[in-house]
Amino acid sequence: MRVLMFGWEFPPHIAGGLGTACEGIVKGLAHNGVETLFVMPNASGDEDQSATTIINASDVEVRNVSTTVEEFINKVKFLYVDSNIVPYVDPDEYYEAIEKMKAQSLTETSVGFGQKFKFSGKYGSNLMEEVSRYAQVGGTIAMQHVDEFDIIHAHDWLTYLAGIAAKELTGKPLVVHVHATSYDRGDEKHIDTRVLDIETRGMMAADRVVTVSDLTRNIVINKYGIDPSKVVTVHNAVDFSGREDITVERGVKDKVVTFLGRITFQKGPEYFIDAAAKVLKRTKNVRFVMAGSGDMMNRAIRQVARLGISDRFHFTGFLRGADVQKMFALSDVYIMPSVSEPFGISPLEAMRSGVPSIISHQSGAAEVLKYALKVDFWDVDALADDIFALVSYPALTEFASKQGYDEVNELKWNGATAKLKKVYESLI
Amino acid sequence: MKKSICLYFQVHQPTRLRQYRFFDIGKDSHYYDDFANRTILKRIAQKCYLPMNELLLEAITKTKGKFKVAFSISGSALEQFDRYAPEVLESFRRLAATGKVEFLCETYYHSLASLAAPTEFKHQVEKHKAHIQDAFGVTPTTFRNTELIYSDAIARQVYDLGFKTMLTEGARHIMGWQSPDFIYTAESQPKLRLLLRNYGLSDDVAFRFSNKSWNEWPLTAEKFAGWLNEADGDIVNLFMDYETFGEHQKEESGIFDFMRALPAAVLAQGMDFVTPAQAVRNIKPVASLSVPDPISWADEERDLSAWLGNELQQDAFNKIYRLTEKLAIIADPELWADFGHLQESDHFYYMCTKFFSDGEVHKRFSPYDTPYEAFINYMNVLSDFIIRTNYAEQQI
Repeated sequence: MRVLMFGWEFPPHIAGGLGTACEGIVKGLAHNGVETLFVMPNASGDEDQSATTIINASDVEVRNVSTTVEEFINKVKFLYVDSNIVPYVDPDEYYEAIEKMKAQSLTETSVGFGQKFKFSGKYGSNLMEEVSRYAQVGGTIAMQHVDEFDIIHAHDWLTYLAGIAAKELTGKPLVVHVHATSYDRGDEKHIDTRVLDIETRGMMAADRVVTVSDLTRNIVINKYGIDPSKVVTVHNAVDFSGREDITVERGVKDKVVTFLGRITFQKGPEYFIDAAAKVLKRTKNVRFVMAGSGDMMNRAIRQVARLGISDRFHFTGFLRGADVQKMFALSDVYIMPSVSEPFGISPLEAMRSGVPSIISHQSGAAEVLKYALKVDFWDVDALADDIFALVSYPALTEFASKQGYDEVNELKWNGATAKLKKVYESLI
Repeated sequence: MKKSICLYFQVHQPTRLRQYRFFDIGKDSHYYDDFANRTILKRIAQKCYLPMNELLLEAITKTKGKFKVAFSISGSALEQFDRYAPEVLESFRRLAATGKVEFLCETYYHSLASLAAPTEFKHQVEKHKAHIQDAFGVTPTTFRNTELIYSDAIARQVYDLGFKTMLTEGARHIMGWQSPDFIYTAESQPKLRLLLRNYGLSDDVAFRFSNKSWNEWPLTAEKFAGWLNEADGDIVNLFMDYETFGEHQKEESGIFDFMRALPAAVLAQGMDFVTPAQAVRNIKPVASLSVPDPISWADEERDLSAWLGNELQQDAFNKIYRLTEKLAIIADPELWADFGHLQESDHFYYMCTKFFSDGEVHKRFSPYDTPYEAFINYMNVLSDFIIRTNYAEQQI
């Protein structure tokens, strides 16, 4: 079986987790005997192609685009991009990209027959233009390789239009993969309707919709009105191969309780802070760390100061690469109190480092992690109780650490993609 | 009676903190950005301290000592001169040798200790006094608190520490209809004389001098001396940061020429120069002033909001001063020095979130992009310091 897959990024040059997930998926599929052609807007050439063949959309000349495809592409052209519409991207990266893009002038470049379009493959302010161009080029690629695949698979809304174009031109079945939805990106009043429109269109046009959790599956069914019979959950996995365990010298003797992620409404930072204040009333030998950045960061800092706990509650700012591993290695407890989280890979990373985790029931990861402690995001007392227990009762800590480590090592893409293969098979 | 002009210049440089990350806590106890501190100090020495000291020395010589000034030099600044630019110290010593320059006393670390802990305040005042005696061979008798912070309560403490004169701001909300151009006494301690900053005339030089959209631009020494003469009181107190000359107001603005011409222009109009200590000997107080809530010379509000206006600043302030009693029983010079440097008011100033108008001024002087970064960095450093303090306490 062969799959034409549309992605937005692929390691090593990634801004978020989408590329990492895609790499896990193509490798897992290869293990299950499924070949993939992986299309991305801007490949660098140093991607690992042992499990897939990468097609760089920037190298492809546009041709033979049917009028129906052009019609919908025209509708989405040149729209301004708002923040928070891309999955797994840290706001720092996003703003950096936006600033860079602002420096350039946004002139309409028409790409005609026989021309190439140079994609940035980033998440800049001309993202909408890139998304529609990607659809145009995607259609061309599908026609060029029409005999080389049986299924089309598109990852997140950025690539849905490309997926639709490929389906329209080749008549082959389309699977769209929902890594996040507009409803996870902020409150409903501020949803970007253009993104919502593309999402809806992609899910409607798809023969199967794959979601990263049942939580997301419910959103797809209830908010987007998609027929439940075509929505399938394939939980995310994580690839720890090649990961070296790092050891770091600890500077502080106290237990360290860590939150690592974007500091945005969706991640529930204020519940973590309130719980920290409650724990500090009962025990002093603990420090709290909020690692990351985001639009709620300043508010979080003020909350910490107001509660008078800033000598015990630290901010690191956005962490990159090795610093993330270092942070996990320094942690005793990991917290993910997300208000809404399609999946949430970070507790898996923490548990892989032997750090017991407390996560909210409102996260997709809660569906697969038996050995993480779980609370409702709003239940600050329960969160404080669990933190206190994990820093105070070594028996519990050791149990959660050991079992959690074993558990996440079992969450392999090979298993997840076997399920994905069944989804493909049901369509041929 | 002749009208007197009293010039006092504040000399201070903060001990800027390096980027201190969470990962450093408990591991690395060097807190300071030595490179930035050295670079900035050397630059300001070249642009301001050295040329301006030279200029003032000339003015004293030329007027045969009729020109006089007062300085307050923070301990933090003195330490940096000693380390990075000893020639600046030398040049201040030459000024001291004329006998026409008064050196004031302040908190050694340019701190907010007067608002937090009487014992710590006393300690820093005495440390500064000793240091000034040591460096310049004179004993300060006039006190000026950090950023001219003043209240009835502080007045009592200052008098009890042996000072008869104190400088503060002629804040409009305190003065009401009264003029700052007289000498006052403290309501809480009638034996303490107060010299009040004439902020209008002081800011004409410190802030407006090079502003070309100001309708009085360009300001000449003659014109300014005329304004001083028009003031209806006994004394005009011109208090400003020394860095005004050559740093805030660049050399190209003509600020040095202005200052070179000012002594003669003032004397020509029949006024004289006094230092604060002389002023209170010559001039009788006219009334007493009551200041229940602390005032300062900062921002439009002339209150403490530049340092303690938001919850970040208040929490950081509470956290460091909570250590005062612990440190009192620990005899560790290194800890004491860090404790002092971490008290510098500048660290709190960088955390100020008054973004409009005054916030611009804060931002200009801040090594941080945002007040939040300033807070995070400070608290990381302080967290390490607290660990060291607790450890030292356990060793006793």
